[in-house]
Amino acid sequence: MRYLISVIHDQAGLATPEEDAAIDVFNDRLRAEGHWVFAGGLASPSTATVIDNRGGEAMVTDGPFLESKEYLAGFWIIEAADLDAALKLAAEGSKACNRKVEVRPFL
Amino acid sequence: MNGIDAHEAITKAHHEEWARVVASLTRRFGDLDIAEEAAAEAFATAVQRWPADGVPPNPGAWLTTTANHRAIDRIRREIKRDDKHKEAQMVYDDDPPEPVGAIDDDRLRLIFTCCHPALAMETRVALTLRMVAGLTMPEIARAFLVAESAMGQRITRAKAKIKAARIPYRVPSAEDLPARVSGVLAVLFLVFNEGYLATGPGTDPVRHELTAEAIRLARLIRVLLPDDGEVAGLLALMLLTEARRPARVSAGGELVPLTEQDRGAWDAELIAEGHGLVRERLAAAAAGVAPGRYQILAAINAVHTSARDIRDTDWSQVLALYDQLVRLDPSPIVTLNRAIAVAELDGPEVALAIVDRLAEALAGYHAYHATRADLLRRLGRSRESRAAYDRAIELAGNTAETAHLTRRRDQVR
Repeated sequence: MRYLISVIHDQAGLATPEEDAAIDVFNDRLRAEGHWVFAGGLASPSTATVIDNRGGEAMVTDGPFLESKEYLAGFWIIEAADLDAALKLAAEGSKACNRKVEVRPFL
Repeated sequence: MNGIDAHEAITKAHHEEWARVVASLTRRFGDLDIAEEAAAEAFATAVQRWPADGVPPNPGAWLTTTANHRAIDRIRREIKRDDKHKEAQMVYDDDPPEPVGAIDDDRLRLIFTCCHPALAMETRVALTLRMVAGLTMPEIARAFLVAESAMGQRITRAKAKIKAARIPYRVPSAEDLPARVSGVLAVLFLVFNEGYLATGPGTDPVRHELTAEAIRLARLIRVLLPDDGEVAGLLALMLLTEARRPARVSAGGELVPLTEQDRGAWDAELIAEGHGLVRERLAAAAAGVAPGRYQILAAINAVHTSARDIRDTDWSQVLALYDQLVRLDPSPIVTLNRAIAVAELDGPEVALAIVDRLAEALAGYHAYHATRADLLRRLGRSRESRAAYDRAIELAGNTAETAHLTRRRDQVR
């Protein structure tokens, strides 16, 4: 079972060196225990571009699809047996990156 | 076999077997929705058949078998209709749980799934009342004063989340068990309190069906987790509170405070059962097991229900227990209740000084203003007392309590 762990943040600024180091330790553990699928940090929402090609002509909009104080700062995709296992890992991930996270199952 | 006997047998089976049927089907089919529907159909079939055919010798086994057939029928229909039908994928752990004094019972898995921390509190309450207690959707909706459709949606969404997010069907590990049990007890306490101090205009001040359900569920969990002190504590607390119910609302529909209740009207049987549980936990505490908050609250209620007359109340014992509770839970509400015992021992002035320090934290809590009003009244500070009663009346949501506070205010001259 795969879960998306979204990292939610409400302030500008990237992870500090201490946070980066803690994230590395957590990622190594995910790999060692077979939970790792993929993970990454994202550039700030102001670097986003929205494309809408539903009408046949791609509309390009500068900025994120939703302006909000809280934004997606990064994510993990993990493999876990069930929600209890995923929530435990998410709790550790939140501690490591020092940010709030959201857990959501893949279909 | 006549219809009345069959009807009684169905009611009894519903109380005793509903959770077992839902739990064993959930385990077998890995799907709460299928289990719930099949259990409901099995009981509906019993309603049709038992009056004519007679009550089967083992009603529980009959209901489980019938529900199993109904579930298989539904799964076959779904497979026929939808080739892409995926096998239900709720996970459960087939190993027996770690030895924590628990009996391995599917009902325990069911309870922990319904009270999972990833579900909102109101969802846990609704799901537990439906899946474990077997209340119908209209009954649950009525109990919490929400529209039936809204309650139905809440339960449907919860079942979908449990399935999609893979909330497991198992007894938590020993390491997680205390926190998860306390989550389950919080659900039961909420159901009980909603019954005991029902809110909302025009509702009965006490909704016995909710207090009774909460007690029934607590008894079940006590059977499943006999060594858990907090389970015993919460059950005792509920029993000792429920025991006072007959004396708690006057014939005129007014709340009667503990100090003025007719103690002869209290339910002696429930008190004896509650005291037995408290004694059991006192013995454990003497052996070095630190009591949790429900056990301490139960002990406080045991002191009150031991006094044949309000004047016989051992207030120093009550205060000692509150001191213990404050160390565990230094919340403003506990401090407020402790102040009531302080008033009896050291006088209203000392108590008022404690209560006044809670002004900011409890400004929106009716009991804070009611307690203050009572202390001010005892100190002869009438004008302030009336103002505090006014505020308490504004904030109280229970009809009997409003009636009581209004009378009290009007008595202050």
